[in-house]
Amino acid sequence: MATIELDHISKRYEGREVLSDLSLTIEHGECFTLLGPSGCGKTVLMRLIAGFDVPEQGTIRIGDTVVVDAEKRIALSPDTRDLGVVFQEYAVWPHMTVFDNVAYPLKLAKTPQAKLEKRVLETIALVNMTGLERRLPSELSGGQQQRVALARALVANPSLMLLDEPLSNLDANLREEMRFEIKEMQRKLDITVLYVTHDQEIALALSDRIAVMDKKGRILQVGTPFDIFEKPASLAVFTFMGVANFMAVRQENGEFYVGTGTQPVPWEKPQGTAKNWVAGFRPSDVVISRKEQGLRGVVKRANFLGAMMDYLVEVDGTEFRTGVETHLAVEAGLMFAEGEQCSLQFASLHWFDAAEMVEEA
Amino acid sequence: MASAIKKNEGFGAAQLILALSIGILVVVVAVPVLLIFLNAFWADGKFNVQDVLRVLSEPDTYQALMNSLIIAVGTTIGSTVVGTFFAWLVTRTDLPYKRFMKGMFLVPFMLPSFIGALAWKMLLSPRAGYINRFFMDTFGFEEPLFNIYSFTGIILVEIMYLFPFVFIQVCGALERMDPTLEESARISGAGLFTITRKITIPLVMPSILSGALLIMLYSMAHFGTVAVLGIENGIFNIPTLIYERIHQSAGSFASIRTGTVLASVLVFSAALILWLQNKILGKGRYQIIAGKSFRPMELKLRGLRYPLLAFCLAYIGFTIVLPTVVIFLVGGLTTYGLPFTAEHLSLNNYKFILFDYQVTRDAIVNSVTLGLAAALITMSAGVMISYVIVKMRVRGKGILEFLGMLPFSVPGSVIALGVILAWSGKLGINLYNTVWIILVAYIARYMAFSIKANSAALEQVHDSLVEAARACGASMGQALRDIVLPLVRPGMFAAFFLIFLPALRELTVSIMLYSPTTRTIGVAIYTLNEDGETVMSAALAGIALILIVSGQLFINRLTRKKAGR
Repeated sequence: MATIELDHISKRYEGREVLSDLSLTIEHGECFTLLGPSGCGKTVLMRLIAGFDVPEQGTIRIGDTVVVDAEKRIALSPDTRDLGVVFQEYAVWPHMTVFDNVAYPLKLAKTPQAKLEKRVLETIALVNMTGLERRLPSELSGGQQQRVALARALVANPSLMLLDEPLSNLDANLREEMRFEIKEMQRKLDITVLYVTHDQEIALALSDRIAVMDKKGRILQVGTPFDIFEKPASLAVFTFMGVANFMAVRQENGEFYVGTGTQPVPWEKPQGTAKNWVAGFRPSDVVISRKEQGLRGVVKRANFLGAMMDYLVEVDGTEFRTGVETHLAVEAGLMFAEGEQCSLQFASLHWFDAAEMVEEA
Repeated sequence: MASAIKKNEGFGAAQLILALSIGILVVVVAVPVLLIFLNAFWADGKFNVQDVLRVLSEPDTYQALMNSLIIAVGTTIGSTVVGTFFAWLVTRTDLPYKRFMKGMFLVPFMLPSFIGALAWKMLLSPRAGYINRFFMDTFGFEEPLFNIYSFTGIILVEIMYLFPFVFIQVCGALERMDPTLEESARISGAGLFTITRKITIPLVMPSILSGALLIMLYSMAHFGTVAVLGIENGIFNIPTLIYERIHQSAGSFASIRTGTVLASVLVFSAALILWLQNKILGKGRYQIIAGKSFRPMELKLRGLRYPLLAFCLAYIGFTIVLPTVVIFLVGGLTTYGLPFTAEHLSLNNYKFILFDYQVTRDAIVNSVTLGLAAALITMSAGVMISYVIVKMRVRGKGILEFLGMLPFSVPGSVIALGVILAWSGKLGINLYNTVWIILVAYIARYMAFSIKANSAALEQVHDSLVEAARACGASMGQALRDIVLPLVRPGMFAAFFLIFLPALRELTVSIMLYSPTTRTIGVAIYTLNEDGETVMSAALAGIALILIVSGQLFINRLTRKKAGR
């Protein structure tokens, strides 16, 4: 069992408080992602769990073992924590062959030779590297080195795997392929995986649950990929999770109007008494049409991007972008020219207090 | 950072290693330097700058300071011009056999300059020099053609052996410079001359200056050439005057004071020069010069191609081949001054110094043993110190970083003097007149090389490599043994030879510390020459050259093998 419990963790680094009073629980057998911009402390958090660094305050429990208790000055060293770690820069030992790299954890555990060989070959096969056992890392591509790192982390059957941006040095195709492989492996082996990344796409594709962190090392929201994407708890989470459009809305005598104009908002109204609101939505949430439904606007700019038509639309002094798939636009007569009138409806919309927006900026 | 984790694993070990590292540097480097400052600035029981100024304004000392400055400036300017010109020639023109030329221009790096000075003395000393005699005998010249016992002679010889410092720096910069910078200037309509003046030279200027400063530093503190060519005519620079005073007066108070004051001047100038160099290099050189290798554009020399090739070959022949040949020929003569004809030449001298002559046999054994011991000790200590500096996160590391920089700015003659002050009984241990005092001095002198080479090797070992091992279940000790040590071994190897080879030919330090039974090869060559045993001196120099060159070839082979793998 490898449930990870972080309790009131604080960590200073070069005089700056990176994490303060952070608590988080990662359940056994789940693929959990720490998602945040660079410098948000997600790697530091992973290093605390691995035991490479020690927090000033708080406790960390892995399974039934207290691995860190700052107050009691307990800090188990990394080699006693039963983990597999995969680093962004692979950290494959350049002076050892693929076989020796993968075999190292078993050698340290004094595994009998026959059993060791069997297990190492098994693990190398698991990451699709069979046949390359005698190669040195310098003879491997980046993706292959990353597989070696993965095999090395898996070979001793750890109950917990920590992965720190392991795919960010790979090219786009390989990255896509590897993220599914990691996911599949996690399911097959029934281990807990903690994945650290700044890439929302990977986080959404890979995770059972995600914790979104901000620049100050605070956890903004913990939830399933669907929750995080569709029900963002705050403006910050919403903007971090993908391209965001914003539309200014003002309240006058209980009625809500878009921008500076007189069109009333035709959907569910925001809850609250604030005077100025912001409606947030993604380009894919906008439905543009020629029917006279929803808001009226003007196409300010039309760009042909191949598979997509990209439009910049203005509604009463507020501008945002939307797109339509080209073949759909042709079929439905949605090839707008610049200056044409259009109607806009919204599949999904999130209300934010305009004051919060200023604060974020 | 350290507090909690160190409590649980190796708190004691980390502190112990740090303390040991600091201890080594304090004992070996800091104490000698401190004693020099103390002797220089602490007179009559108080901090006394006035007395320092008095010593500096004595005619002899003042003259030595000025001489050091004149020689250093002349050498620096000359070497910079020569080094930059040849660097440009082998990187940016279509000169034939460029690779071979580049290799040849680096040869002076491994030749000891005092042996070169010796050769030039044999060729151009006013009365006995072979070239001067040839011109006087054959063409009836009344006066010698050139007197090597002069400022010009000293500066020219130093240039021959020091210009590679600029050459190698500028070559590197020119090779790494992004050619698009020049190409875009060319597209904008600039001619090649304008490009060179406005783009290329400003871009490589930091490298030129940094190489020039290195030469300045080296030349100010340089002993060998001035000792061989200057003393005859009463030209002393700072290191030779220190030697002269300590040597002649057998450690009287006044001479030690003069020595320490001069040594302090050297240390301060060295620190100033290194600081300047750091500033120049720190100015974002790497933003314009990328790490990759490019194919730079080459200037077509056209009609000048072969004349320039001939010039380069003549330069190499004159500065490298001629002196080397003369050393070996003189080493074969029965008596110095005889013409180089078959009847006067034999291998007898070489046989004699290798097998029968106690002084030279001792010197060879001493140098080899001292070199091996110093290399081994300094390399091991260097690994440990570099490890603390580069990898460990312990409180008090700043002290070590400062101490680690210290050896870089302490010239050889200063180390020798400091070692005399520290190890001749005043602090309870007397190593004077033993081989141990030379060993201690070698360790101090070469610690900088070792720290540099090992730090570079350790910086290549990314922290995550060790962390990966820890996560795999390795203890800190196992991670060091299985991961760090195998990866830094080439660096340790390099450090070993970076120390062993220079130690083999060392003169500056040994000359101030030797006793009749503890001569090194350098000392033996120098003293034999002083005593008029010119042919023996030359023969031993020849043996030294063979040792040094074969050692260098051995390393080159090893490193090439590694790179080729």
